[in-house]
Amino acid sequence: MKLFSYAQATKPADAVQLLGAQTQSKFIAGGTNLVDLMKYDVESPDRLVDISQLALTQIDATDKGLRIGALARNSDVAANALVMKQFPLLSEALLAGASPQLRNMATMGGNLLQRTRCHYFYDVSQPCNKRAAGSGCGAIGGYNRIHAILGSSPSCIATNPSDMNVALAALDAVVQVTGPNGSRSIPILDFHRLPGNTPQRDTVLEANELITAVDLPTTAIGGKSHYLKVRDRASYAFALVSVAARLAVENGVVRDVRIALGGVAHKPWRLPDVEKNMVGKPATETTFRSAAKALLAGAQPHEHNAFKIQLAENAIVRALQTVS
Amino acid sequence: MWVASRELATRWCVANSRQALSLVLDKISTLVWCLIQPMTFKNMAKKLLGDPINRVDGALKATGRARYSADIKRPGMLHGVLVMSTIANGKITAIDTADALKVPGVVNVMSHQNAPKLAGMDKNKPSEIATDRVLHVFQDDLVHYNNQPIAMVLAETLEQATEGASLVRVTYQTQPVKLPLPAGKADMSTPKQMPRVDDQVDTKRGDLAAGLAAAINRMEETYTTPTMNHNALEPHALLAYWEGDKLTMYNATQGISGCQKRVAEIFGMPKENVRVITQFLGGGFGSKGTTFSHVMLAPMAAKLTGKPVRLVLKREQMFGMVGNRSATVQRLNLATGKDGKLLATAHHSITQTSDFDEFAEPAGTITRMLYACPNLDTTHKFIRANIGTPAPMRAPGEAPGVFALESAIDEMAAQLRMDPLAFRLANYAETDPNKDKPFSSKSLRECYRQGAERFGWSKRPAQPRSLKNGNYLRGMGMATTVYPMNRGESTALVRLKPDGTVQVETATQDLGTGTFTIMTQIAAEVFGLSPDQVTLSAGDSIYPTSSVSGGSRNTASTGSAVTQAAQEVLKKARQMALKDPKSPLFNVAEAEIVVQKGGQLQQKSNPKVGEALTSLLKRNGNKPLEATVQSKQGDEKGKYSMNAFGAVFAEVEVDELLGEVRVTRLLGSFAAGRIVNLKTARSQVLGGMVWAVSMALHEKTVFDPRNNRVMNANLAEYHVPVNADIQEIDGFFIEEADDIVNPAGVKGIGEIGVVGTVSAIANAIYHATGRRFRDLPITVDKVLA
Repeated sequence: MKLFSYAQATKPADAVQLLGAQTQSKFIAGGTNLVDLMKYDVESPDRLVDISQLALTQIDATDKGLRIGALARNSDVAANALVMKQFPLLSEALLAGASPQLRNMATMGGNLLQRTRCHYFYDVSQPCNKRAAGSGCGAIGGYNRIHAILGSSPSCIATNPSDMNVALAALDAVVQVTGPNGSRSIPILDFHRLPGNTPQRDTVLEANELITAVDLPTTAIGGKSHYLKVRDRASYAFALVSVAARLAVENGVVRDVRIALGGVAHKPWRLPDVEKNMVGKPATETTFRSAAKALLAGAQPHEHNAFKIQLAENAIVRALQTVS
Repeated sequence: MWVASRELATRWCVANSRQALSLVLDKISTLVWCLIQPMTFKNMAKKLLGDPINRVDGALKATGRARYSADIKRPGMLHGVLVMSTIANGKITAIDTADALKVPGVVNVMSHQNAPKLAGMDKNKPSEIATDRVLHVFQDDLVHYNNQPIAMVLAETLEQATEGASLVRVTYQTQPVKLPLPAGKADMSTPKQMPRVDDQVDTKRGDLAAGLAAAINRMEETYTTPTMNHNALEPHALLAYWEGDKLTMYNATQGISGCQKRVAEIFGMPKENVRVITQFLGGGFGSKGTTFSHVMLAPMAAKLTGKPVRLVLKREQMFGMVGNRSATVQRLNLATGKDGKLLATAHHSITQTSDFDEFAEPAGTITRMLYACPNLDTTHKFIRANIGTPAPMRAPGEAPGVFALESAIDEMAAQLRMDPLAFRLANYAETDPNKDKPFSSKSLRECYRQGAERFGWSKRPAQPRSLKNGNYLRGMGMATTVYPMNRGESTALVRLKPDGTVQVETATQDLGTGTFTIMTQIAAEVFGLSPDQVTLSAGDSIYPTSSVSGGSRNTASTGSAVTQAAQEVLKKARQMALKDPKSPLFNVAEAEIVVQKGGQLQQKSNPKVGEALTSLLKRNGNKPLEATVQSKQGDEKGKYSMNAFGAVFAEVEVDELLGEVRVTRLLGSFAAGRIVNLKTARSQVLGGMVWAVSMALHEKTVFDPRNNRVMNANLAEYHVPVNADIQEIDGFFIEEADDIVNPAGVKGIGEIGVVGTVSAIANAIYHATGRRFRDLPITVDKVLA
């Protein structure tokens, strides 16, 4: 870890200004991920701009649904009555992640920007295109049990480690950001990127943009939801595979469905076409399994993670059975 | 009535038979039983299940006032941060420290280019003592494993040293990498010795081929276990400073006296010039039993800079330089006759060591003695890999070895369609078949019986896959657990003061297990005092030399020294009384003088005659009585086989579609001689069982297959169980009197909780699923159907 300077912002616009054009500046809120990365020399900012005092912690009902401030703590969001009533999937996913101590510090914005747990990304002695563009991918040909089976590229097979992001993907969340050129709204499916040949960029967020809120639109058709997380121990482990599922069934027939997968790709994995295809079909294991297979079509395993294909298929079926 | 009954009880107790005693007790009232309870054994009360008192240092720990090694400060202290190798085999060609030295506050970078030369480097080789290993102390430019310490940045603050360490640039000439197991199986060799030098490397009993030929049922399977790292909560840490040629170290060590010896010999200086202090320890599990490189590097840096140096390892630095549990590949053959009795057993183990040192994980030693079997072969081989040297890790050898053995036993029971517990009873060893000696005590039958009863073993259906709970298949498994009684040399001083309090001095450290607490209990019990009347001075090499806290030996070793020293003081007090014309016990035969609760000396045959130890001492010059006893194993070792035994029962639930295993119930019954403190003892066995859950389901050190770099060197990815993984868990002790084993009457309890539990869980998974998992850990990817 190298020495850095520190400044505290009181308004979003000031935060953006304080960050300035310096690429070696970083926002810090809960710090649950950034401080770890700094300790491992994965991130070496010269300057930290503390945004934790900005008034972005509110959780408010809007005419379209719910707006959650970017600095709302994960634990507060998970326990919020509006969230629990309207979007229990988000609450469930948040509580499946990290530990109470971490959730007490971690924010919505920070969780959206959580970086991969790829071993090679974390170890600066090893090659990693995400950390050091052009240095190669250590995970390909290395130890890749936790890595991606979908949407990866020859330059990166890392996964997004967040549970929350998977739920947000199934909830059609919209990320609100502000920057030097004003504010914009980014649908969650467009927010995170696939690696391609620029894996150093996890999201479409520009370097000096600040996340201000996450909007959750009320669903047109009600239904049930479930976040299923498969991991190596009962708590405090990243997902090997996770499924955020929402399903509305009427008379035994699928009326509406969302399925997002975690632990399998560089971003939460959702295929809206597969979901559309399910509508009108009987809510049975056959339908669920064929949707699962369609979601996983084109999966490419590496040496240690082939099990994820079968596991994801079983997990999708189980999650949908749980809510059908 | 009290007197009469007590005499009766005493008479029976001298005969020392629990059975006889209970016959007596049947005839006397509960009230009287309460009164005579302290008099159960021999002339002084030795409770078989000791009082579950709180830890003497509990309040200090709970309130954060306990000062661990990393908390100690000295004026002018420098912080050291290690620079680690990033290749696994080769040579350092250059170390560029220019940028590091530019960081404000950085005062020096120690490496092989400027490190003090060590006069005792000829001693830097493995010794007969398993904990003396080859150290990397910057005396050459060679790199033997990835994550080896190669330099140390010294600065005024930890932050400065940390930044400096990240700026040291090292270039290497690399050599091909020798891979660990299971890949690197070429070039196996036979180790020269086992960590316990009494253990033979290979053994043969009877005629294996004949046994196999005569058998009706045979099985042969290979079991594999991964490399693991100890990962005590407290990192390895020390503060070292010199005053002239005298070195003081506040060091997190499991062996104060061993550390003092090893540091002195490698520096080439007298032992007396090294003082080692360990006030508190946050666990070690074997990785702090060995004096590893950092213990030399901090005092070397203190010498180089002339200032006190604090060195605290980072978590990732604990994956390599401070030992690991060797991976194993174990082949088991079992063969039985018509009656389900074992006719042949073979256990062939392959383990791994580093390319510069030899540590052989003794995986096959328990197989030699656990069951009666006339024909048996065991062998140990190892391979050399570019990894840090393995070291003892909680139940070294026993944990992986008994996983293989007790899985194989379970497989044979299934093949025979015998209940796994009945199969074990059918092959019960009445005497130690390896040593061909009687056991000093063995209460395993009682452990089986009480454990099975409490667990509800009789409800287990014979057929696997026959129990369900929703999406889960449910299964029950069991295994035998065992741990040898190890005893080292320890010395203790016990001082009885005229005010009736007792002072105990011995160098011993408290690993976190409760040693400080139980040493006071042991001393208090000898004098009939309460533990709060005993003060223990320990955790410092200025006190008499003591044993390592490893191999479950410290209570047997240091506890025996305290027992003997206290008994010696008591003997002096008796003699003082019988020679003192003013004492009511004047001229009473020494054997007739016993000590009673409250520190009262009494005449055994006439308890009305006696006096307090305090009045005796006050009258006799008002001076303390003291004795120092060096305690070690005697000829009982040659006459008996001494071991703790137990039985572990596990219930698991398995979701095959998601690959998930949860351990819903764990129950262990243990017979380990006298239990000094039921509370700390239960914590030990429960901790061992949790450790076994970890080994069965979670732990694995992962090496990159190209450069042997550990890729999960952190507690996010190196998994151990969290609270949510542990459901119903309990352990209890069978009363076991053993006057042969050692003066304290104890057997070790630190490791026995681990040993059989791993296979009990694996066997339960078999019972749930009908599938046998022979490769640890049993993770989602393997269970997924």
